[in-house]
Formats: sequence, C-alpha cells, structure tokens
Amino acid sequence: MANIVQFENVGLRYGTGPDAGPETLSDVSFTLRSGAFYFLTGASGAGKTSLLKLLYLAQRPTRGVIRLFGEDAVVLSRDRLPGFRRRIGVVFQDFRLVPHLSTCDNIALPLRVAGMPEADIEQPVREMLAWVGLTERADARPATLSGGEQQRVAIARAVIARPEILVADEPTGNVDPDMAERLLHLFESLNKLGTTVVVATHDFHLLGRIPGAQMMRLDRGRLLDPTGSLRYPPTRPE
Amino acid sequence: MIGRATKARSSAERRVLDEAGGLRAMTWVMAIMLFLTMLAAALGLATAGAARLLDRQLAGRLTVQIVDGDPVRRDVAAARVLAALRRIPAVAKATPVDRAELTRLLQPWLGSDGADPQLPVPAMIDVDLADHGEAAAARVAATVRRLGPTIRVDRHESWMSPVNDVMRALTFLALALVLLMASATAAVVVLAARAGLETHRATIAVMHMLGSTDLQVARLFQRRIALDATIGGVGGGVVALLVVGFIGIRLHGLGSELLGGVTLGGADWVLLALLPVAFVVLATLAARVTIVRALRHIL
Repeated sequence: MANIVQFENVGLRYGTGPDAGPETLSDVSFTLRSGAFYFLTGASGAGKTSLLKLLYLAQRPTRGVIRLFGEDAVVLSRDRLPGFRRRIGVVFQDFRLVPHLSTCDNIALPLRVAGMPEADIEQPVREMLAWVGLTERADARPATLSGGEQQRVAIARAVIARPEILVADEPTGNVDPDMAERLLHLFESLNKLGTTVVVATHDFHLLGRIPGAQMMRLDRGRLLDPTGSLRYPPTRPE
Repeated sequence: MIGRATKARSSAERRVLDEAGGLRAMTWVMAIMLFLTMLAAALGLATAGAARLLDRQLAGRLTVQIVDGDPVRRDVAAARVLAALRRIPAVAKATPVDRAELTRLLQPWLGSDGADPQLPVPAMIDVDLADHGEAAAARVAATVRRLGPTIRVDRHESWMSPVNDVMRALTFLALALVLLMASATAAVVVLAARAGLETHRATIAVMHMLGSTDLQVARLFQRRIALDATIGGVGGGVVALLVVGFIGIRLHGLGSELLGGVTLGGADWVLLALLPVAFVVLATLAARVTIVRALRHIL
C-alpha cells in the first residue's frame, strides 16, 4: 500500500509574534498508508483535533513537512486547496451542519460542491439516509435533530462523495453504544472500499472493534507511536 | 430537461444561504436607488435633448432690426437691407417679419396699444444662414451695418445662450447624480456582501472544508444580490418611468416652446430602460469582487 499522508517533524503553534502560544503539536512524524484504518487517541487537549485540522487542510503547520496524496500540502496554493479537500471527508467534532438546510440538503452538499448534476444526487442521498437510519428525518432541520442524529448526518455528509481519506473527530461521542457500533461498521465498510480512515477518539471500547486498525497516540502534542505501528488489540494507555 | 435540472440546482444553491422569503432591505435600497437614478438620468437626457434642439434651432439664425421713428424711412431701409441680405451667398433665407406678427409679439406687453400704426416698432428681418459658422454671421453683420447706423443684428445664439448654459449645467448635474448613485449603490452592495459574509461565516467555512472554491461561494452571494437588485431595480424602475412619463405629459400640456423641447426620444427611453440592467450588473460585480477579496484572507 502506498503512503497517502506523510508528516515529517510537523509543529503547530497558534498565533504569531508575541501572541503566539506554546506548540500545540511538536515534531509529529508519521505516515498513513492508503486504504488503512487508523485510530488517533489521546486525552483531551493532547492535540488530536489540531492534528486532524492539519490533515484536512484547515490549518497550515508552523513547521515541518506534510505530504498529502504525494504532494507537499504545506506550500499548496490556495487555488488548489478545494481539489484536495474534495478528496477528504471530514466529520467535525461539533458536526458543523448547515442549520437552515434539511438533512437531505446537508448530506447532498459535498456532491453539489463537486458539481454533480442534480438528477444524480437524489439516489446516493437516499442510500446514505437509509445507511445512517435517517430516511424518516430527510426533511428535518438540524435544530430538530437529536445529537446522535446530527452526528449521523455529519457522517453521511462526510462519506457521501466517497473520499479517499475520511477524517472523523470523535464521531461516536454523542451516540449510544449500538449506534456507535453501527457507525463504526459504516466506517469499516467504507475502509473496505479503499478509503483511508482516521478516527480520533478517546473511547477505548471502540479501538478493538476494527480488526487490523492501527493506533496513533498523542500526548501533549507529541506522537507516542510515531511509526503508526500495529496495536491490535490496542491496549489502554496508562 | 436541462432547464429543470438548472432550476433544481439553482434552487438547491439558493438554499445554501439562509434566505428568508419576501422583500428584504437590500431590495428596497435597490428600488429607491434605481428610482432616484432614473429620475436624475431622465432629467439629464431631457435637458441634453432640449439643449441640442435649442442649438439646432438657434444655430445660424439672426434677426436684423431696422430702428427708425419715421415709418417711411424705416420701410425703405428695410427693403434695402432685405435686398442686400438676399445677395449674400451665406444667407439661405431672409424673411421680413410682418406687422401683424410683430403686433402679436408685443401684445403681452403693450396690449391693444401694440396695434397702433403710429407706434415706432422696428422693422425686423429673420435670417437663416446656410453656414452656421462665426465668419458667415460676422459677414452678414458687417454688410448690413454699412447700410445704416440704426440697423442692429441679433444672433439668436447669443441671447439664448444663458438658457442653453443652464440646460447644460442641469445635464452635467444629472450625470453627476447618476454616477453618485451608482457609487452609492456599489458601496451599499459592498457593505451588504460583507455583512452577508459575516452572517454566513460558519456555512462558508463548512463549504470550504467540503471543497468549495471561492468563486462557488461568491456565486451564492452574487446570485442573491443580483436577485435583490433585479426585483428592486424593476420595481424602482417601473415607478420612475411612470413618474417620468407623467411629468412629460404635464410639460407637454404647458404648451411652452422652451419646455416643450424637454422631452425624451426613443433612444433616451431605451437608455433609461437599460439603467436597471446596468445596476444589476454593477451590483453583481461589486458583490463578486467583495466576496472573492474577503475570502482570500480565509484559508
């Protein structure tokens, strides 16, 4: 399997000049192989979300090299970012659903952004609604959905365009164990279709659910398992 | 089929921005701007037309006055001047103004006394020059002055020039108002686009993360602003055209020779009708440039 993501000595510090804070991420180096499944773990504040932000190009690193799809993502021109972002599906920790759009329209958004004809959008959206069990809530606005339902909409939106990489930040944080299992199964299905999956979680029950998944552990901005070595079944860090 | 697909996409894209239905503040602003702009433009076009008409009517026209208290001497001099004028090649037409016409002209000031044959009214000859240049007028003036010291030449251009100047000033004022309104409209659009960007910041961030380009995001805003501008422009424009038409009818009803020239021609109406289109284009471009520039500062 080819490397799809490569981090080399990546550091991230928010703010500049006298306002700059301490490094949120320090000397992070790892590679993600195409088609693999990764868990990113660590305590709250360890830097998981910051690392994911670098991964889905919402942030540029302060230092280091990030190679994405074989290209240097640090120096990527702004005009090329959309093309790269369309290859990455993101499940945000806070869902970030568009509040005035229906479930259906939220899920269809990546396809519309990619310019898919309207006639071709309905079918995959229906399938995705069924997949996440929200067919009955197709016309509901996010405000009327429960936390778990919103999370499922966010996941459906992230995967509908069949991204090459799926990045999910605490995707099971607001759902019951059964739904968490189903969502994980959904990620696994997508992974089997060739998508590289990166799931940030501190739910250690999930880590053993995906056979062959690898684990990266962050602690205070540093990667403890920088090689992305196989940790199956994962062990709960002390 | 394509039309339906385009409509569906357009409707879906409209939904991306939270758009409350009905008329919005921006629509009203555009309607008011267009209304005022079209009134100013109509004023400018009408006065420019009147000034052109006046130019055409007055250019190369002279009146020769033979002022003499003795009616016999006056009439002899008038006949001499008329004959001399008709010999000048630059003169296309020389027509004596008859006594009845002069009486009619004097009526408003002198009443029935104007018809008194003993009244020493000057003899007048209207002259149309074939050549509207200064040289021809000067040649005519020099020729007739040689025929007697009491003969005066009045160029119509010179005594109507203050009126013409006022009309030209009004035309420039109207043009300045139109430009000012266009600038104000662009400024309003820029502010509205920035406010919209701020309101929809979260949605735009999500769209960027999903791979939207800046132009895709800008298109959403420019579509909304173009729609507002179109609704407002059509509304304001129609009301303005009705007002202009009404004023035109009232001016025509006055029967004034001077104000009668303050009318709009076919090309003027077309120009007025194109103003809303120009404003929609202006608003759309202003929105696009504003949004794209602002988005450049966001990763």
